[in-house]
Amino acid sequence: MRPEDYDMNVEIAWCPGCGNFSILRALKMALADLDILPERLVLVSGIGQAGKLPQYLKCNHFNGLHGRSLPAAVAIKATNPQLTVIDVSGDGCMYGEGGNHLIHNIRRNPDITTIVHGNMVYGLTKGQASPTSQPGFRTPVQVQGVFEEPFNPLAVAVALGATFVARAFSGDVERTRDILVEAISHHGYALVDIFQPCVTFNRVNTFQWFREHTYYTDHDPADRLLALEKSLEGYGGGRFPLGVIYRVEGERTFEENLSVYHGDATPLWRRSHDPDKLKRLIESKRMV
Amino acid sequence: MSRVRGGENSTLIRVSSTPVRAFIERVDVLFALSPGAVEHMDGRVKDTLVIADEEFHEEGAISLPIMGEAEKLGGRIFANVVAAGAAANLFGVREETFDEAVRSLFERKGPDIVEADLRAGRKGYELGDELREHLEISIEPQPSVREHVVLNGTEAVGIGCIAGGCRFMSSYPMTPSTPLQVFISENAAEFDMVFEQAEDEIAAINMCLGASYAGARSLVATSGSGFALMEEAVGLAGMIETPVVIYIGQRPGPAVGLPTRTAQEDLNLALYAGPGEFPRAILAPGKLEDAPEIAAHAFNLADRYQIPVFLLSDQYLADLYYDLPSPQIGEEPSYHITRTWEGYRRFEFTADGISPRGIPGYGSGTVRVDSDEHDEEGLITEDLDVRRRMVEKRNLRLEMLKDDTLKPEVYGDNSSALICWGSTYWLVREAIESSGADVSMVHFSQVYPLPHDTLELLESFDRTAVVENNYRGQFADLLKLEGFEADERFRRYDGMPFSVEGVAGFIEEVLL
Ligand SMILES: Cc1ncc(C[n+]2csc(CCOP(=O)(O)OP(=O)(O)O)c2C)c(N)n1
Ligand code: SF4
Repeated sequence: MRPEDYDMNVEIAWCPGCGNFSILRALKMALADLDILPERLVLVSGIGQAGKLPQYLKCNHFNGLHGRSLPAAVAIKATNPQLTVIDVSGDGCMYGEGGNHLIHNIRRNPDITTIVHGNMVYGLTKGQASPTSQPGFRTPVQVQGVFEEPFNPLAVAVALGATFVARAFSGDVERTRDILVEAISHHGYALVDIFQPCVTFNRVNTFQWFREHTYYTDHDPADRLLALEKSLEGYGGGRFPLGVIYRVEGERTFEENLSVYHGDATPLWRRSHDPDKLKRLIESKRMV
Repeated sequence: MSRVRGGENSTLIRVSSTPVRAFIERVDVLFALSPGAVEHMDGRVKDTLVIADEEFHEEGAISLPIMGEAEKLGGRIFANVVAAGAAANLFGVREETFDEAVRSLFERKGPDIVEADLRAGRKGYELGDELREHLEISIEPQPSVREHVVLNGTEAVGIGCIAGGCRFMSSYPMTPSTPLQVFISENAAEFDMVFEQAEDEIAAINMCLGASYAGARSLVATSGSGFALMEEAVGLAGMIETPVVIYIGQRPGPAVGLPTRTAQEDLNLALYAGPGEFPRAILAPGKLEDAPEIAAHAFNLADRYQIPVFLLSDQYLADLYYDLPSPQIGEEPSYHITRTWEGYRRFEFTADGISPRGIPGYGSGTVRVDSDEHDEEGLITEDLDVRRRMVEKRNLRLEMLKDDTLKPEVYGDNSSALICWGSTYWLVREAIESSGADVSMVHFSQVYPLPHDTLELLESFDRTAVVENNYRGQFADLLKLEGFEADERFRRYDGMPFSVEGVAGFIEEVLL
């Protein structure tokens, strides 16, 4: 496949210059590299500027509720494991409204990928703080500046044993593409947090700022303690590492643990109905 | 009370030569297995033969050494089985039959436990001989019940869910919906279903919508507070025209209310749940005999109209057991899934408002659904004309649904009627039968939308009363919206189901 094969002929509602455009480009490139057919691909998203991405890519899409993309995504994969399922979300959507689902889907280890557009701000609702906003960030709502500690998705994911954890920067399309290729082909749950400058509502964390505050790491991603250490970098000063932070292979996925798929990969909706089995179940309720 | 162990608890068992299926206040024989038991049955112990443990020194009661014997057998834990043995003897149950029941109940706990329980049962039988001197009970054995199965309301619904092709269930535990979660998960491997305990109710219903979008018939079970958390996703189901079956085991609210008691308080919650306007159907089985068929129907209805369908149950129905002929479940579910093609549009405008439903991975098209207002392709739109047409498309199906309803059951041929819905079926019916009153019953097992001729039917009675387990009279209000105002409302909202005596008393005082 070619990246253009995923093009949609629709008007894109993002602001000119927004970091979302390069994420879309990198994703199309990754999908083309992996030869994933649009009709086999499902993009699931929540609500926000990031959540609109599936609209701009030729594929099946489920754009659900704010923060609730993961439950839908994990169920789509569990209903038909033959589909490639990618969840696309903003940092507010995934780490704020959807935080609980993130935690528990890491525990489930479904074979899906989550891509979070980390712009450290709420875009669609016009510039309030997000869970990843940096301390001191002023907004019309956080009038004295943010004073909470920013949410650290990588540390949380590594601590919970997510099987693939990575960070990318949308200003670098090529490397983002590579990371996405690895994430999507990973067997198990993959979380990719992508720094994405919001040129309209975040005048602090700009392309330039992210360039200055990041570097590519080349540590051994199989080393969990080291990964945890890496995931803590950048908070409270210093630079944020980019690249694959943590990766563990061979863990059983959510779908593999479901008894229906033991020895049978048929999607749920294709399974036939067996009235005799039901009769036997009813008969088992006979007392004498 | 919401306790796992300890506290007072009671189980009402009715024994008769003819079928009895409803709750009554009267207690003929009470086995008191704790010192507070008689007090716990406050007001219901009149002309009652009380059989109490000799340790309790219960006045006027027959004393049996139940605890002492249990302890000799290995512990107080056997007291229940000793008492059950005595009761079985009193009611003329053959000892072999009782032993068989003990075996099947404790089988999975291992041979040692089964042996001990059998011994406890035998001891109970011995004690029971003594009871026969105090009470003469004549019950004719009914050989026809040999053909019967014993179900509770949860199992009856669960069987229907499987029959209706349920393939996916995700839920979060909440009494009294948890038993249905247990039933489906126990049967998941055998019937090719996925059961997942979600991290919360919001996840549960969003998972169901994902599963349904991908083609699996899906079910979520919860109770009032849990359902309150699901409301937003009910709107999503409406917007993306995706089927889902929502089982609500009602219990008294608001908030967490009385966790282990019963109510019919969440009709309005189901009726109005979710932002915006979109169609839905609400079914409320009244009896175990047709709960399987109704539950199966819920899945077919949801699939045919691409809407959320509610199954309203409650603690009373969910936990009620009785024997009944094996449910015969009709036709195989018919699926309404289409293979997609290049240029397929999920929300295509059609004459009846129902677009062919494709699912991802089946055919060469792509299936796009969006919670934002969208065009036929599922792409976000702000075109107000498309918006208007989409609203009409979604709501058009409500009109079709009105032509495809479960008819209310009319029992009797009188000029007065008791109108009821859901779990009160046998309570009202037995009250009418036992009082011998010239009153009919109109029972609705579909409460929304109502059949077109509802008004006509209800207006054919001279006097009517609506019987329901809530304070407001929510169904009576719904009927009023349809243009029918009942003369009376008989309500109970203390957390208990109606009793046969209670309804009969109401008939005598008010309707006759
Ligand atoms: C339940 C609910 N609450 C609030 C909103 C309003 N809302 C829409 S998007 C959004 C935040 C978006 O921020 P983020 O997820 O960071 O995405 P971005 O727009 O920055 O890409 C909010 C609060 C909503 N749609 N639903
Ligand atoms: S508001 Fe920010 S995130 Fe949204 S499109 Fe504009 S620049 Fe991008």
